[in-house]
Amino acid sequence: MLEQQLVNALTLGSVYALFSLGFTLVFGVLEVINLSHGAMFMAGSFAALTVVTRLKAPLAVGILAAMLVSGLLGLAIDALILKRLRARHAPHLIPMIATIGATTVLTSAAQGLFGVEVQRFPDELLPTREFIFGSVHVRALELAIVGIAFLLMTTLFLVLRHTRQGRALRAIAESPKAAALLGINVEGLFLATSFTAAALGGVAGLLIGLNFNSVTPLMGQPILHKGIAVVILGGMGDIRGALFGGLFLGFAEVLSKAYLSSQMGDAVAFGLLFLILLVRPAGLFGRVLERKA
Amino acid sequence: MNRATKHLLFAAASLLAVSAVAGDLKIGIAEALTGGAAQYGVPIRNGFQLAADEINAKGGINGNKVVLVVEDEQGKKEEAINVFKKLIFQDKVLMIFGPTLSNSMFAAGPVANAAKVVAFGTSNTANGISEMGPYIFRNSVMESDVLPVTVRTAVKHYKIKKVAVIYGNDDAFTKSGYDVFKKVLEDQKIPVTTTETYVKGDVDFKAQLTKIKATNPDAIICSGLAEEAATLMVQARGLGLKAPFIGGNGFNSPKLFEVSKTAGEGTFVGSPWANTNPTPANQHFVAAYKQKYGAEPNQFAAQAYDAMTIAAAALKSIKVSGNVTTDREALHGALPKVSISGATGPFKFRQSVGKDGKPAGYDADQTPFIYVIRDGKFVLFTGK
Repeated sequence: MLEQQLVNALTLGSVYALFSLGFTLVFGVLEVINLSHGAMFMAGSFAALTVVTRLKAPLAVGILAAMLVSGLLGLAIDALILKRLRARHAPHLIPMIATIGATTVLTSAAQGLFGVEVQRFPDELLPTREFIFGSVHVRALELAIVGIAFLLMTTLFLVLRHTRQGRALRAIAESPKAAALLGINVEGLFLATSFTAAALGGVAGLLIGLNFNSVTPLMGQPILHKGIAVVILGGMGDIRGALFGGLFLGFAEVLSKAYLSSQMGDAVAFGLLFLILLVRPAGLFGRVLERKA
Repeated sequence: MNRATKHLLFAAASLLAVSAVAGDLKIGIAEALTGGAAQYGVPIRNGFQLAADEINAKGGINGNKVVLVVEDEQGKKEEAINVFKKLIFQDKVLMIFGPTLSNSMFAAGPVANAAKVVAFGTSNTANGISEMGPYIFRNSVMESDVLPVTVRTAVKHYKIKKVAVIYGNDDAFTKSGYDVFKKVLEDQKIPVTTTETYVKGDVDFKAQLTKIKATNPDAIICSGLAEEAATLMVQARGLGLKAPFIGGNGFNSPKLFEVSKTAGEGTFVGSPWANTNPTPANQHFVAAYKQKYGAEPNQFAAQAYDAMTIAAAALKSIKVSGNVTTDREALHGALPKVSISGATGPFKFRQSVGKDGKPAGYDADQTPFIYVIRDGKFVLFTGK
């Protein structure tokens, strides 16, 4: 039983990590808690679903559609809402509240467009391969999610560390004003970050929608709550933190369900989160906050 | 103002009053049309609309048209109360159908009961709904009437010795289903290997299912909604867990098969309705619903459709005066006497007893059908 539960935990943790990557990226660069990330996640799922069912396109096109639609929505939210708030130097809470509004608009629009019921991907698209190692069952799609979560995390991490754009982004994260003075196109990179983060959210939505074969307008809400916990735990804005935070939450949840009681899953996971924050207030990978003052 | 003008105004006013009376039988619909519960509220609204359109197409009730005043209660308690107040005091409806969730009925039902207006739930299956007062009605069959029959039938068929239980513990509907299952299992002396829970919105049940598998039960009892149940079944089979499922009312939706496919084979479900029930009333309903909405109806739509037929029968038996208070009272007096044969089969009301021991509201008095899932379809269980 333990081996199976560890595999269960790894896949659930990767799901959380995948969702949290884009979420934490926006925070790291824009310093905005973008609560519309759940809606990006949902939009990506619906975009892919529409493309594969209505246009009979292959899944690869669905992935592109998910990235593009979610990315453009993220770009639109940045250009229409966040950019204006930045220009007015709105305090932190304002963009957060504004993104709640954007979420309501997007989920209601999705309910109007696609209906309120759960939608499914067609069977022939679902990779149904399953691997059995001894007593452990794992599906191909679950392995793909684990792999993609690690791959995207590594790519993002390397891009931020070793490329010109990455350095520029880190400069912005340090101080947008100083970065602008150095000739970095701050607004442009903000828009690019919003696009990338939302596109990552869209891919996460597609993969997770495929894995559980369930796409609904409200699918972003429950995972958003977990995502917030992951980002706080990993250290706000830290890419490695998203991965380890996600895995931590997955393992805490699954193992407490397995060995305590399924009523206790969330209680134990969030209890541990609280304890960790008592010891490390900035999260696992977070920097000391005083430097900003 | 001279005398003639006064007369004229008076005549015009009374004419207006009369035309409002002769034309309309206003019925309030308070259902969750947006938000998470909309997946039930929307088919319910469709069921009402279909029945009302059919009634009006046949010339209405005693020549009066049925007019639905549809409000969205969003599946929220607070909103249900607001909507009930608006329908009762502002729109002055004769009666209210809804709300969608048992939770909301517990909040809004007392408002209607105090105002002496019938509140008629078509989807509230929790215990204690009709105990709230004499104006609370429902045609949704309670789990406590269905589940003992389901469990007994399945236990006999599979020779079940021990079962595992899993349920959603943050929802009045699935929690109340679990409470009934628990009592039924105690009454029928069936040991439970483990009891697992999940919360609304969960899509990953593998941790709980792995645990269930380790206890090796003969069947899995599940009080959940169709979407969750379908995902549960798929994940159970994925983990190599082969025991059959026994489900509550939430399983009664064609949605169950869209995901579960063959994973649900052998599942036992009790239901007041199934789309394959061959009675003419049901076949007419299924065909008319499909034609109007381009989608398969579900149990919730069927119960709403029947509820409107029940209300129409009551309205037909009374003389509508145009005075909303007396009409509401007459309707309240006529409803309990109605018995019909609708999409869900023969139906009559049964009065329940309130917490104070006095007669309270009315529950459905219907015999459940037991279905077993074979080849991805609900098949009426005939003992084989």
